[in-house]
Amino acid sequence: MKKVVEIVDVIDTAKVYAELSDANSGGICVFVGAVREFTNNEEVVALEFETYEAMALKEMGKIADTALAKWGLNKVVIRHAVGEKSVKEPVVIVGASSAHRDACFEACRFLIDTLKETVPIWKKEKFKNKSVWVSAHP
Amino acid sequence: MNVLFFGITKDIVGSSEISFSNELKPTSVASLKKRLIESYPEFSKLNSLAVAVNSEYADDSVLLNGNEEIAIIPPVSGG
Repeated sequence: MKKVVEIVDVIDTAKVYAELSDANSGGICVFVGAVREFTNNEEVVALEFETYEAMALKEMGKIADTALAKWGLNKVVIRHAVGEKSVKEPVVIVGASSAHRDACFEACRFLIDTLKETVPIWKKEKFKNKSVWVSAHP
Repeated sequence: MNVLFFGITKDIVGSSEISFSNELKPTSVASLKKRLIESYPEFSKLNSLAVAVNSEYADDSVLLNGNEEIAIIPPVSGG
């Protein structure tokens, strides 16, 4: 399978290598997004993610297809977690494999940047005394 | 016509779904947005307010017949 596009409860970072490994790929590049403890000097207790899953999978599929075509990739993975995640937990993993490294480095950047712009997933930052939907307000 | 809400819009509305009766249903994405902003003024304070029709982004000119799956998409923040 050339592309893996999934919404999951828990991301297993260990399985991505097997998914991207390919006889024609000399380069495999992976980006993992994780929960950071501080936002603007405020301590984050957890992040809560929710999604409109049918649409999110469609949009993630479009991103994967665009990247496969644009960089001539052999394999692509885009996987996002939902639910409550605590500090250091992985929340998103994207990866690409290609004959040479330039293509997979560039593709990885495109995969995560485009996901953040178009995929209907929402993140609530939970602090000790309040919760805030990220990017909702100016 | 049913409309789905996510993220902050779900909190503003207090529900993940609302229904419009056949006589009162908006007939385009633009009129749906206008109606929602009238009913929920906090929607106008958001960074953006997109609408998805059958799980695809739809611009204001798209017409609605009430049989579509319609969802309100506040600013996304995945990753």
